[in-house]
Amino acid sequence: MGAMLSPDELRQIELSPYKQDFPLLANNPNLAFLDSAATAQRPAVVLDAERTFYETMNANPLRGLYRLSVEATQAIARARAHIARFIGATDEAGNPQADAIVFTRNASEALNLVATCLSEAAGIKAGDEIVVSIMEHHSNLIPWQQVCKRTGATLKFLRLDDDFEISDKEIAEKIGDRTKIVSVTQVSNVLGVTNDIKKIAAAAHAHGAYCVVDGAQSTPHMRVNVRELDADLFAFSAHKLGGPLGIGVLWGKPEILDAMPPFLTGGEMIDSVTETDAVFSPVPQKFEAGTQDAAGAYATDAALTYLEDHDMDALEARERLLARYLAEQLQQKDYVTIVGPADPARHVGAVSFEVRDIHPHDVASILDMSDICIRAGHHCAQPLLNYLGHRSTCRASVAFYNDKADIDKLMVGLDQVWGIFHGHH
Amino acid sequence: MDITSLYNEQFMDHVTHPDYKYSIADAHFVHDGVNPSCGDELKLYIKLDDEGKIDECAYTGHGCAVSMASADMMSDLMVGRTPEEALALCDLFKGMVTGSETDTDKLEEELDEAALLADVSHMPSRVKCAELAWRTLSEMLKENG
Repeated sequence: MGAMLSPDELRQIELSPYKQDFPLLANNPNLAFLDSAATAQRPAVVLDAERTFYETMNANPLRGLYRLSVEATQAIARARAHIARFIGATDEAGNPQADAIVFTRNASEALNLVATCLSEAAGIKAGDEIVVSIMEHHSNLIPWQQVCKRTGATLKFLRLDDDFEISDKEIAEKIGDRTKIVSVTQVSNVLGVTNDIKKIAAAAHAHGAYCVVDGAQSTPHMRVNVRELDADLFAFSAHKLGGPLGIGVLWGKPEILDAMPPFLTGGEMIDSVTETDAVFSPVPQKFEAGTQDAAGAYATDAALTYLEDHDMDALEARERLLARYLAEQLQQKDYVTIVGPADPARHVGAVSFEVRDIHPHDVASILDMSDICIRAGHHCAQPLLNYLGHRSTCRASVAFYNDKADIDKLMVGLDQVWGIFHGHH
Repeated sequence: MDITSLYNEQFMDHVTHPDYKYSIADAHFVHDGVNPSCGDELKLYIKLDDEGKIDECAYTGHGCAVSMASADMMSDLMVGRTPEEALALCDLFKGMVTGSETDTDKLEEELDEAALLADVSHMPSRVKCAELAWRTLSEMLKENG
């Protein structure tokens, strides 16, 4: 069990020096935004970047032969290189694998792309096994369910032990010679726990299987290094780390992306077309049919720069303190039960909880009237909640721009919720 | 919106001390209603009198306070109504929570206590919760009509 925050640690989270950079937060000083696991707020530099793109370099990227279009194309290329560096996707010589960065609309689309195209490349058939964890977001579950329905393959689940961990024994039992693909989330959007991807990837590779990682909840909160993890494919969304809505990223080992067939087809993804056939462009264009959101890519570049300028390690350390404080404060309330590890230090960003005998939707609605934003429901992880014996939970989640006051406000709000249901408000 | 405008004492009384949360063994009609996304589950029981009017309406199940209070208020309102009258009230309630019916006098006169749930029209995520019992009753009456 982690120790309570020390006076020095409490001082570190007392005020947020970052809120002023986020227009929505700066303009709503009373708002306690505790739903960053769903989507983060965006700093002004990201909003400015989106505008700058349209004001100074707007043209259809890739196809135009005039300078404006070239600038748009270069903006996308720079964003790819920056994203590759940000997630540690480098080649042997340490150069960013910019061409292994595929833009999608969101992490869900990236994972759908992988499920469809990797399954085809791997020749998934009846008798094969695909392994996911019980804590997957529906985005990393339903695409694999669909693959199994189409091919007759079997979907297996890595389940959790009493301490919300995937044990070595579980990994050894579920990942075997029939396993062709293992697809797991790095951080749970419900429990906030981190899975040992390195270990799971090693087990997958030992059996000749691919390892796909859903990085939607990890990438915003920790330094990710896909090489160190030895992931084969890695997906995340820009909007959860301060980038714009509508941009997702898929990185893959180049030889694997090369072997995968295209996902969507059409313009901007072909080299040549005849009446009956087409030659596809190389990766990443092969996976990017249609006009891309170049402004979104340019703004994502700016979001990463913002995080780096403020020192990703410092932001991560601050978020860890905030999440710890959140979990510790919730544990102080005898009518609150945390759904997830008891150790406050194990919560990355998110803490799920229940208020005794009060439906999470009522909790969230009442908190909302005091400008406190939390999530309530099944968090797109129904199998996990069923497995844990819950229908729905409340979830509060933090980002570096939150401060102690946001969490204190939540605690006052929860007392109010409790009071309303117990006749004293 | 004030915090107690919806979750006021009258509303909370229906949640903590419901009058109609029980099953009716000799019900004429029993119908299930669910809100899959919330996990709200409701079983609605109706007993008719000799003239075909609703003699007794009750429910069992679990869900958020909005869905349960709404079911309790509705059960009270339905006693003595013909199926046609009940269906019209269900439509009126739906109009209220979806914001298409805003005539406060009419709502208070016809829906009685259930008019307390008018604020739900400003809370799109809770409309389904408020509607559950009314939707279930409406389905039940239409199936057996």
